[in-house]
Amino acid sequence: MFGYDFFTPGRDLPLETADTAHNQGPSAFAQAAELELRSVSKRYPGQSAAAISDLSLTVPAGEVCVLVGPSGSGKTTAMRLINRMVSLSSGDILLGGRSVLQRNPRDLRREIGYVIQQIGLFPHLTVGENIATVPRLLGWDKPRTTARVEQLLELIDLPPAEMRDRYPAQLSGGQRQRVGVARALAADPPLMLMDEPFGAIDPINRARLQDEFLSLQAKVRKTIVFVTHDIDEAIKMGDRIAILRSGGVLAQYDTPAEILTRPADDFVAEFVGADRALKRLSLATLADIDLIAPNGLRPNNARLPLDSTVRDALSMLLTGGGAPLTVVHPDDRVAGLVTIDLVAALLKDDSAPAANGAAPDPGRAVQAPPGAVSDPDGAVQAHPLDEDPSA
Amino acid sequence: MLAVAKVVIPSFSSGGGGANSCVRDNHLFCADWVSRNWSGVLQPALTQHIALTLIAISIGSAISLVLSLAAHRRGWLERPVIIVTGILFTIPSLALFQILVPSLGLTRANAEVALVSYTLLILFRNTLTGLREIPEEVREAARGMGMSQRQLLWRVELPLALPAIMAGLRIATVTVISLATVAAYVCNEGLGVPIFAGIQESVFKTEIIAAGALAIMLALASDALLVGIQRLLTPWARKHAV
Repeated sequence: MFGYDFFTPGRDLPLETADTAHNQGPSAFAQAAELELRSVSKRYPGQSAAAISDLSLTVPAGEVCVLVGPSGSGKTTAMRLINRMVSLSSGDILLGGRSVLQRNPRDLRREIGYVIQQIGLFPHLTVGENIATVPRLLGWDKPRTTARVEQLLELIDLPPAEMRDRYPAQLSGGQRQRVGVARALAADPPLMLMDEPFGAIDPINRARLQDEFLSLQAKVRKTIVFVTHDIDEAIKMGDRIAILRSGGVLAQYDTPAEILTRPADDFVAEFVGADRALKRLSLATLADIDLIAPNGLRPNNARLPLDSTVRDALSMLLTGGGAPLTVVHPDDRVAGLVTIDLVAALLKDDSAPAANGAAPDPGRAVQAPPGAVSDPDGAVQAHPLDEDPSA
Repeated sequence: MLAVAKVVIPSFSSGGGGANSCVRDNHLFCADWVSRNWSGVLQPALTQHIALTLIAISIGSAISLVLSLAAHRRGWLERPVIIVTGILFTIPSLALFQILVPSLGLTRANAEVALVSYTLLILFRNTLTGLREIPEEVREAARGMGMSQRQLLWRVELPLALPAIMAGLRIATVTVISLATVAAYVCNEGLGVPIFAGIQESVFKTEIIAAGALAIMLALASDALLVGIQRLLTPWARKHAV
């Protein structure tokens, strides 16, 4: 994917024919591109503190990188540097191996899907016209655009015949959000930037949209930079999480499991929360762990599907007074048993190396590794309540 | 007009008082005079009035659009533009027409300059308000998807400001139709001509009433037309959650 040539004029993306618009697998989408930030800094004139300080990270093609941090950590600024909505002070950003600085900002943005919290659908354009925005800017012909709109509406589960000609005011919040994602996907960008895309949605619908988005991503496999202030959302959505601290300093960049098991310093430990052991349990399902064979034990009546998270299993174990639970396959065959001891052993195994020999205590931060800067303000900043207005 | 003629002509013939009886008797409103002078006096005056209005609104819209776009990009421009157009708006119309006579003479240009100056405040304020009320996230999304400044203006900002622009256009049009009757003071055009003639004759009032009624009907019709155009251009503004 290095040197991948985006949208060469005249090049036909495989998906754009009307008769094959549906039922296309992941291979039908343009390949995702690797994103690399090299010692990126942003300093606003007249401000002593940098907004982003020497930020380096690489997002492998097709992965979701979540930028998370408290207000003032510059996570939105970092994202907006990528599509040059904010200009770099120093460093470089490479998309598919090519520096974004060498690109015309407008051409660059047409190749990068962009979803913001308030979505910003055009109220005067129909759903179909909204989705067709970037294809029109790119000069696609009408049949190709129409086919693409239809295909995207089906991808986000909005019936095209019914929804295409509606105006944004006629949609529910969740539908608007999905149209926003479809609009960002319209020109099949190799990279998507999403700034708190579910931030304005109520908790129940947010969880549903997150699940929908994950299954969508499983189909389209875009490289995604996802900004949130919510660590739980970061854990759920991210293949990798970049935790930023005040001044846009990268505190840790790792997989969710690593961050929860081995936080790099006090700040990260505080930010992910005292319940990080429990959060880790929500990363795995019962299918991922070795269940106890059912012989000998007499389980109570409670049954749990195999795809439940370990965290949900623990919750049920605790409410059931500690009695073992029966885990069942979708067809109701017994898969095995789960007990509190089993879950506890799971956590103990995982966190033992993280604590460098100290007793694993999820409530206490672990020792910062050499070289990690500990943040004296960490405790204050670790409440990720609101978005920073400067970003 | 036709309805009036149909009702009045039979009563006139049955009265048998001759063609100009109502003029001779100086009725408050003489329908016979109207039908006789429609093609010679009223209809040309109405056409001229529409022309005066169209020219004033077109020029006024163009100037206001440029001014409001400039003020939208550079906020400091708003105050001086509001002050200048506000002063123009408050000058009594008769005085303004008179003030312009030394430089522009008794011409249509004189009338248009004055009429245009009355549209500026209304059109500028409405257009600027319309542009400013566009949600910031809509602009952010448009820029983020790679629209140029010009594409943002033509594809997003102006269409979204259209309801406010049209609202200003309606007020300005009705204002100009009313003020254009005074323009007959400096140029011999428009519905003001029969009105001024009526004033000078001092006794016979039908000309004043007929021309005044035409001005009112023109204003109502223009407003209805603009409402219709706005509805056609902004179908999205009437759609709400289903």
